[in-house]
Amino acid sequence: MTSERSDTADTATLAVPNEPKAIDDAQARLVASLERFEYPKASLFAIRLSLHEAMSNAFLHGHRNLPGVPVSLEFEVDPDHVVITVQDQGEGFDPASVPDPTLDENIERGCGRGLLLIRAYMTSAEYNRKGNSLRMTYARPPRAR
Amino acid sequence: MPSPDSRIRVKRLDSVTQVEFVDRNILDEANIQMIGDEIAALVDAVPSPKLVISFANVEHLSSAALGTLITINNRIRGRSGQLRLSHIDPQIYEVFAITRLNKLFQIHETTDEAVKSFS
Repeated sequence: MTSERSDTADTATLAVPNEPKAIDDAQARLVASLERFEYPKASLFAIRLSLHEAMSNAFLHGHRNLPGVPVSLEFEVDPDHVVITVQDQGEGFDPASVPDPTLDENIERGCGRGLLLIRAYMTSAEYNRKGNSLRMTYARPPRAR
Repeated sequence: MPSPDSRIRVKRLDSVTQVEFVDRNILDEANIQMIGDEIAALVDAVPSPKLVISFANVEHLSSAALGTLITINNRIRGRSGQLRLSHIDPQIYEVFAITRLNKLFQIHETTDEAVKSFS
């Protein structure tokens, strides 16, 4: 793990194995940075859920044939923005191929909602061309006066 | 008899089974699987089950948990039963709304209201 902490930003790069404690620790690391910069509770909820969904997808789909291989997590948190990149070592996929889970014909499917939630909560969420790296950004909502 | 590792608390009142989660965070896949298995056993234990799942104390919920709820709902319907959800805080409710699952499930403010809604 590499990390840097300054007055203006926290950054970290972690290799996260598919183990509950390691995943929890990675989440906690990010949440600690968000709390340091006093992001509101709603932002913590949104970012925490999005990170969880992104990492779940990376392990479940990206690493389905790569058990034991860690997923790479990078994040940068500053007072106004959060940038998170989750990258797996898999073959990638086409995000456009994920069926819309909100359509009537898909509403009772048991899976397929992770990307929808990420896109709903994050300011942006884009995969690289190969489809094995997801970059999510979050802009802090305007502070209440 | 619930095991010490149980991830749910169960209360039975007349013909209604009420379930609450032990954990504040319903994120971990292994835990979700365990929760699903425990609730499935409750559903299978009675004919025409009436089940209320309370989300009091739940702070975080993943899409995998939603998938398990759908599976539970289908299992209950398969046994001519009814499912209600209750005590969902606004942040968690938003997850249901984004995924349109607020239209699939009957959601009530309180467990008492959920119980009264059973036919």
